[in-house]
Amino acid sequence: MTIATATPGGATRAAAYGSIARGKRRTLYWSYFFLFLFVIFFLTPPIYMFITSLKTSAEISAASNPWWVYGPTLSNYFELLSQNQFLIFFKNSAIVSVCVVCITMVIAVLAAFSLARMGFWGSGTLATGVFLTYLIPETLLFIPLFKIFAFVHDYTGIELINHWWVLILLYPTLTVPFATWLMIGYFASIPKELDEAALIDGAGYFQVLTRIFIPVALPGIIAAMIFTFTVSWAQFLYPLAFTTSADQLVLPVGIVTTLIKGDVFNWGQIMTGALLGAAPPLIIYAFLMDYYISGLTAGATKG
Amino acid sequence: MAQVALRNIVKMFDKTPAVQGIDLDISDREFIVLVGPSGCGKSTTLRMIAGLEEATSGEIYIGDQLVNDVPPKDRDIAMVFQNYALYPHMTVFENMSFGLRLKKFPKAEIKERVDNAARILDITDLLARRPKQLSGGQRQRVAMGRAIVRNPKVFLFDEPLSNLDAKLRVQMRTEIKKVHQKVTTTTVYVTHDQVEAMTLADRVVVMNGGLIEQIGTPNELYHRPQTRFVAGFIGSPAMNVVSCQLVNGGAGLSVKLADGLAFPVPDARRSRYQQYVGNELLFGIRPEHITERRSDMPGGSHVFDARLDVVEPMGMETMVYFTVGGVEVCGRVNPTAAGNANETMPLVADMNQMHLIDPRTDKVL
Repeated sequence: MTIATATPGGATRAAAYGSIARGKRRTLYWSYFFLFLFVIFFLTPPIYMFITSLKTSAEISAASNPWWVYGPTLSNYFELLSQNQFLIFFKNSAIVSVCVVCITMVIAVLAAFSLARMGFWGSGTLATGVFLTYLIPETLLFIPLFKIFAFVHDYTGIELINHWWVLILLYPTLTVPFATWLMIGYFASIPKELDEAALIDGAGYFQVLTRIFIPVALPGIIAAMIFTFTVSWAQFLYPLAFTTSADQLVLPVGIVTTLIKGDVFNWGQIMTGALLGAAPPLIIYAFLMDYYISGLTAGATKG
Repeated sequence: MAQVALRNIVKMFDKTPAVQGIDLDISDREFIVLVGPSGCGKSTTLRMIAGLEEATSGEIYIGDQLVNDVPPKDRDIAMVFQNYALYPHMTVFENMSFGLRLKKFPKAEIKERVDNAARILDITDLLARRPKQLSGGQRQRVAMGRAIVRNPKVFLFDEPLSNLDAKLRVQMRTEIKKVHQKVTTTTVYVTHDQVEAMTLADRVVVMNGGLIEQIGTPNELYHRPQTRFVAGFIGSPAMNVVSCQLVNGGAGLSVKLADGLAFPVPDARRSRYQQYVGNELLFGIRPEHITERRSDMPGGSHVFDARLDVVEPMGMETMVYFTVGGVEVCGRVNPTAAGNANETMPLVADMNQMHLIDPRTDKVL
């Protein structure tokens, strides 16, 4: 606001008329100002995590400057990575996330293709319905899911509670609707003549999907994959509710349940674990960011 | 190579009729153009031939086969779309060979066919590029190439030149005609541009409101239109149409126009028009049949004076506009003979080229 109120009365007032470059520069200043605020707001927690992860427990509890490391150490990293438990959490998380991505993409791509293109009776309503399921809060589903698990156990003898692999079946209920919705928007933006040309060229519907739609919609598919991976990697409530044994936990729950013992918080290791846990999505984002953005915006304007 | 036949084709979208019973026979190797204003059902008809739309009723034959229930891929047709519909992730070569690769043709034959088509269309240098790197005209050639390599029974074109600029459109029009002369395949071509229709077609099908108005060679349509719609649609500028009364004067029939004008009808037409004497009719004459006075005027020419409202020099000729009974009428005169606006100029109507239209049936008499 200071810039905006200072200029009208100032000596530069005459230049304000018709100076496009000046207006542009001012816009740029404001953009940088807000970007800077954003960066501070969003980067402070990870930086704090990183700083804390380099401290010993003694230094963390000491009343020194929390933003400075006086005796940097990698002991938290060594301790955590030498614990078998942490590696199990990591492995569980990785397997669950990769499987969920695969399952979600197969279902979502096929569903989105048929909903966007086949134009069968009720496809419009069904597409809206798919999105509506995404709006149901996941916490509401715990009790019905427990009921279903009990039912499955009664009739088949298969115990679904407290197994990490059951998360592979659970997460798609969260990821499939959104991924499908995203893909419907992306597929709808592909000109209809493209599949008609392929149909005339001799392709069947499945070939239209695999040889035209999937390659053309790759940015959208990758965006949906990143979204799915992030959701299943960071999911906290479902694993907290459905898994309890230490060897069945995934990373987010594992860190919290094993590194907080009663009222003793092992802050150094918690921060290290969280930082290591955040690394895979971060790396994926860094490499696929361009795809992610073009995928999201295409879905947004055409969906 | 094959003929195409449509038998009483009807297409309803929900309850709105798009095509209301069409019969059409297209012979082998013929170039047929469907032309008409937006929403006349020409594209729908083409899409039904392609199999992209299902006919509500009626029969479609390609060759001797009834194809109503045959999917597009088994109809052995190729289609060129208005927006080209090139696969953006494939090179030109891959685009053109896509159909052949799906049908598992041997690699050597695919290459030979693509090279051959590329040579016909002069796009050999572009085979490694992607559609994004091509201009509109080049994309159009690739789209045609994709159709040619398949060597189909029928080519279908859906307004293929509409996305090009005016100059390129004329150039590609000639190109399409050349290609058809080299690759003589039965062709159905849809356009709303009557010039395209006239220049390309062996026969033109004029459609309006889901029905066929007239089928004929370009010259037939131009000189012997059967309906008021065809008379007005074919030709640019459009045919002049003024209301008139057919009267039997002392020397023979004549058409009485507003503003005291009366044009004698040539004797050759007397028997044809005799029964309509006294009726209110529409008098139609094309602009090029209203000219300046010349020394070699044919018999049946009628000289009259007109006060010019607007004069438009076009270079080769000059358009003169005047009004008859409140309706604007256009004539084409030699630039050297053209008068000025707001002046009176003697003009000649070649009455051998006149048309009379019955306003109740919209039929040309």
